[in-house]
Amino acid sequence: MAGKTLNLTLKVWRQKDANDTGRFEIYRANDIDVNASFLEMIDVVNDQMVKEGKEPIAFDHDCREGVCGMCGAVVNGQPHGIQEETTLCQLHMRKFSTGDTIVVEPFRARAMPVMRDLIVDRSAFDRVIQAGGFVSVRTGGTPDANAIPIPKIDADKAFDAAACIGCAACVAACPNASAMLFVAAKVTQFALLPQGQPERQERVLKMVSQMDTEGFGNCSNEYQCEAACPKGISVANIAVMNRDFLKASLKKG
Amino acid sequence: MTLDSKIPEGPVKDKWTNYKFSMKLVNPANKRKFSVIVVGTGLAGASAAATMAELGYNVKSFCFQDSPRRAHSIAAQGGVNAAKNYPNDGDSVHRLFYDTVKGGDFRAREANVHRLAEISANIIDQCVAQGVPFARDYGGLLDNRSFGGAQVSRTFYARGQTGQQLLLGAYSALMKEVGKGGVTLYTRREMLEVVIIDGKARGIIVRNLITGEIERHEADAVCLATGGYGNAFYLSTNAMGSNVSATWRAHKKGAYFGNPCYTQIHPTCIPVHGDYQSKLTLMSESLRNDGRVWVPKTKGDTRHPNEIPEAERDYYLERKYPSFGNLVPRDLASRNAKQQTDEGKGVGSTGLAVYLDFAESIKRLGEDVVRARYGNLFDMYERISGTNPYKEPMAIYPAVHYTMGGLWVDYNLMSTINGLFVLGEANFSDHGANRLGASALMQGLADGYFVAPATIGNYLAETTLEKLDTSHKEFEKSENEVQARIDKLLSIRGEKTVDEFHRELGQIMWDNCGMARNEKGLKEALVKIPALRDEFWRNVNVLGSGDSLNQSLEKAGRVADFLEFAELMVQDALHRKESCGGHFREESQTDEGEALRDDENFAYVAAWEYNGVGVEPTLHKEKLEYEHVKLAQRSYK
Repeated sequence: MAGKTLNLTLKVWRQKDANDTGRFEIYRANDIDVNASFLEMIDVVNDQMVKEGKEPIAFDHDCREGVCGMCGAVVNGQPHGIQEETTLCQLHMRKFSTGDTIVVEPFRARAMPVMRDLIVDRSAFDRVIQAGGFVSVRTGGTPDANAIPIPKIDADKAFDAAACIGCAACVAACPNASAMLFVAAKVTQFALLPQGQPERQERVLKMVSQMDTEGFGNCSNEYQCEAACPKGISVANIAVMNRDFLKASLKKG
Repeated sequence: MTLDSKIPEGPVKDKWTNYKFSMKLVNPANKRKFSVIVVGTGLAGASAAATMAELGYNVKSFCFQDSPRRAHSIAAQGGVNAAKNYPNDGDSVHRLFYDTVKGGDFRAREANVHRLAEISANIIDQCVAQGVPFARDYGGLLDNRSFGGAQVSRTFYARGQTGQQLLLGAYSALMKEVGKGGVTLYTRREMLEVVIIDGKARGIIVRNLITGEIERHEADAVCLATGGYGNAFYLSTNAMGSNVSATWRAHKKGAYFGNPCYTQIHPTCIPVHGDYQSKLTLMSESLRNDGRVWVPKTKGDTRHPNEIPEAERDYYLERKYPSFGNLVPRDLASRNAKQQTDEGKGVGSTGLAVYLDFAESIKRLGEDVVRARYGNLFDMYERISGTNPYKEPMAIYPAVHYTMGGLWVDYNLMSTINGLFVLGEANFSDHGANRLGASALMQGLADGYFVAPATIGNYLAETTLEKLDTSHKEFEKSENEVQARIDKLLSIRGEKTVDEFHRELGQIMWDNCGMARNEKGLKEALVKIPALRDEFWRNVNVLGSGDSLNQSLEKAGRVADFLEFAELMVQDALHRKESCGGHFREESQTDEGEALRDDENFAYVAAWEYNGVGVEPTLHKEKLEYEHVKLAQRSYK
């Protein structure tokens, strides 16, 4: 089905590698179907560029269903673009109008350097999880899954926190480049579940410490992270984390 | 070489238990002297890597994404099966075993499937202990639902994001071991060769996707958990990066490929809407629990679905399969959708869609209940299609989703190359010719948490492994092969983009080796694919260089492999003259148009041996014996 089409101007951040200074370049995106996703629009532009002998725009993406967390760019100043609770791959061109100029740039933070064009290095997130974002159980020897009942409301809230896809839009949105929403979501998931209790205090201390080491900033209650989060993770998680962090720090002395 | 499936002796229910006891063990103090490479970090890869590190082995884990958490298992929606019988509705290990063998249309190994059913319950225990937030009832216990083709409720789920939660569980276990030093993590690395020394898999060659550097990695065993090959069709529900390269390179080095023609076309996906389209999005088939599938009774009825009265709708699944109705297995649901659209009853602007209607459920249960069950899926549908499924039926159509075929493995999950193990969707094993819903997550985690760590230990204990390092000439040879391929791809500078070739290949596969296959179409494909492959190597345009981040080059390598692999898939489909599961040969159907198996001639696994690009591969057969499940025509009437 050929839908309505759009003609757009793109201002896209181009940067050869981590050492390059980078710059915006301007491209035309013509005859873009309104039913295409934002990334499909870039695909069309890229195919055209290859035909013209220009190197295509590099961008991370994989599942294109909004759940792997690999895609993301700042579109017109907003991480993942204008649509609420929507990853860039799920943003569709029907949200734009013909004649629009769209500015596309990478998620920026000191802890997440640009590797090329729109691709950034988010390995800091993996290291934060390595520091304590798990329950220390080994494979095998676990009790029957129904041995410990968990109130539905706690399980549901834990799920809400666990829905984080690790895309780093929260960091890109924050004026301090803080990763607190990401870290707090993991801390809260386990804080709500009985399985998370034995390591609850140690976990929050270690994860926060690693977060600081990576060079992420602190939270100053701007709530930009929640607004940018494609999964609607609430800033209330940060309050849970702060309380746990304080308790654990006092206990540690 | 004769295929030895190494199925242990004894009654099927005791095989795994007895076999575990008979396995050789590696002394705890010696485990750290062994190293294992695991390629892929989906459910199978992440769980295997974490578990082996917990046991004490040195593990190297590889993925092409920026983080192990991106692997495409993350996108699985519906759930994971387990024979827990929590709902007290008559489930058991034997019933799950029976359903899976039958659902696979009697083309899976009984012994493997039984082991899978036995292990299923442990998986749920493991995941809950990791803090996976499964759905619960108000008493605080785990909730179950019935899922695609099952008459008991044995599916555990976490809203519509079960794959995400299970993968994040396995990922957290993996990260725990990375933090402890038992796993070394290599992200943004693509495996481009397996290195075989003295007949054993001893390492891999990877490309660092950031720097372009070609790296050599050695180990005592290699595990591939690299997923399926659905992207041979270009459009599929797979992630953009999902590819056949790792398994195909292993195949070219001597690993037989099992049943490549068994592909699963999932019945409920958002229909194709344009040429620019890059992927198809699945709508979990859990939607079929409350949604009713229909088309207008009259051909070419262009009225808005809400304006078509009840009497003029054909709820064809409920009509044809009264006992299973909308919950028939995936292959039947898909084929029936195709039949309706072939008859001209398809809906939407392309005519290639059917309706999935929730109006009655919303009336019966209320919008809130429907929202609680499927809210995220409805939102996703609305974001993509721009229409509101609470107000009008969804338009859906089948799409390539999962591949039951994969590298042939024995009971130990070892391929025909010693020391090369294959896990999860990448192997051919447990789903036969058709996978039941919520069984992929079960199999990936069974292989990774429980099977491979045991069988690889046995292999390491009983095998003499020479000490070696990556200066060995086989590493050099493999690296040179990889480099030569990259240089070649970058030197062509032709007229067509990689995606153009991929799209053309996908169209050939969908038209000739898709939901229904016939001899004429398959033979046509065997002419078109080599021609397209020749053109690719003459006329593809890959810009940039090999010594930096170059996504066109990555794609080109993957498409080059699909262009070789696709031919094998078609050859397998052509040779299997029967219909079974996801493989429907038009020449082999009942009077009612249902798939007709030919057990006399085809009750075997087809394992193909590679003989060269464009050279006829050699077929090896592993005969399938059924002692516990009686071979019968599947009936879901």
